[in-house]
Amino acid sequence: MMSSETRTIRVTINGRAFGRTIETNLLLSDFIRHEVELTGTHVGCEHGVCGACTILFEGKPARSCLMLAVQADGARIETIESLADGERLHPLQTAFAENHGLQCGYCTPGILMTMKAYLAETPRPTEAQVREALSGNLCRCTGYQQIVEAVLQAAALMRGERP
Amino acid sequence: MKPPPFAYRDPTTLDDALALLADDAEARPLAGGQSLMPMLNFRLVRPSTVVDLNRISALAGIAVDRGGATIGAMTRQVDALRAPVLAEQWPLIRMALEHVGHLQTRNRGTIGGSLAHNDPAAELPAVMLALDARMTVQRAKGARTISAQEFFVSSLTTAIVAGELLTAIHLPSPPPGAGMGFAELARRHGDFALAAAAIVVSRAGAGHARVVVTGMGDGPQRIPAAEAALLNGRFGEAAIAEAGAAASAAVSPIDDLHAPAWYRRKIAGVMAARAARDAIGRMAG
Ligand code: FES
Ligand code: FES
Repeated sequence: MMSSETRTIRVTINGRAFGRTIETNLLLSDFIRHEVELTGTHVGCEHGVCGACTILFEGKPARSCLMLAVQADGARIETIESLADGERLHPLQTAFAENHGLQCGYCTPGILMTMKAYLAETPRPTEAQVREALSGNLCRCTGYQQIVEAVLQAAALMRGERP
Repeated sequence: MKPPPFAYRDPTTLDDALALLADDAEARPLAGGQSLMPMLNFRLVRPSTVVDLNRISALAGIAVDRGGATIGAMTRQVDALRAPVLAEQWPLIRMALEHVGHLQTRNRGTIGGSLAHNDPAAELPAVMLALDARMTVQRAKGARTISAQEFFVSSLTTAIVAGELLTAIHLPSPPPGAGMGFAELARRHGDFALAAAAIVVSRAGAGHARVVVTGMGDGPQRIPAAEAALLNGRFGEAAIAEAGAAASAAVSPIDDLHAPAWYRRKIAGVMAARAARDAIGRMAG
């Protein structure tokens, strides 16, 4: 069997630069969780179906299990750990807590990162639009209803309205 | 699972990428990774070398001139979805891309990657067939242009051979006053189609009709009998019904856990009629 090559990469995650020497077949999801030890990004299926591993790659939601870590060399990444400002929760987090938008929480990091980017582009979504935007994230607990309500409330909070 | 080991190269020029592919028949180009990465993770493919195309900026972008549009193979699906120049003349691209995957996958997934992978239920190959697209395929020593009809061979198979790379897709200008329509049935939004239809119609000259159905198991399929029905029936309601029936009659669908063959056959006709009605409604004149 062929042995793996290694490469040294530099990635900016949540505003901090990380330099690591890694094998070129290392998945970006494993780089984030095992090398950088930011374990908030979850891995559900590892083949691009569940969305639990969603991060922001250059500001856009992407599935980190479908990227190689080496592809992130020089890139800017945001993970769930960047969402709260110290102890101050992001409006998405507040809304998910208040609406019971999570039960086991496995799907939550991927959903919040997807919705962060989505609401930045679509500050006033309809319920149907939120459901469509959520279609790339599977949740096995909630039945989605409370997730949709939480996203709609977060959107209102981010517009400065208190629903 | 995790990808098997491979040599990794990320060239920044097309020439370098083509040289790497010419050197090694077991090398695989990596575009947006939304199909190849799951196959690597499952170890369904074990390429000797992964040639990552993501740093070749010359392969991405959309250019429109009087003859039509040229879409670089590495153009992200999200960028094609939002391109005003495509929406104007080729709205079929936008209509179909809304059914392709999800926010996260469209941000990475590319137009060329989807076409070169040719999943038998993917939307983009059907759209390219309906738009009479031509594909430019390059190798280290030369290039060739392949019609969509010849490019999509069968499920997961295209006319690309080892050492070649799909680099661009050309869309001819649609006939004057063209109307386009797309319809799909999938279990969940963003899933591959159980059945989908892409239609282009125009009254210009002797009339123009393209009826393409996909999701039947073997990739996109043009339905000449349905096209003839639309043209002969002057795009009337009876012609639409006849085109739908012709589509159902022409397909040989597969049976799988997602849907039985009889259901796919029926839905192929329903989608063809629905997309045709839509396209006709948008047609000028
Ligand atoms: S772990 Fe990446 S999509 Fe499921
Ligand atoms: S809260 Fe458990 S999977 Fe979504």
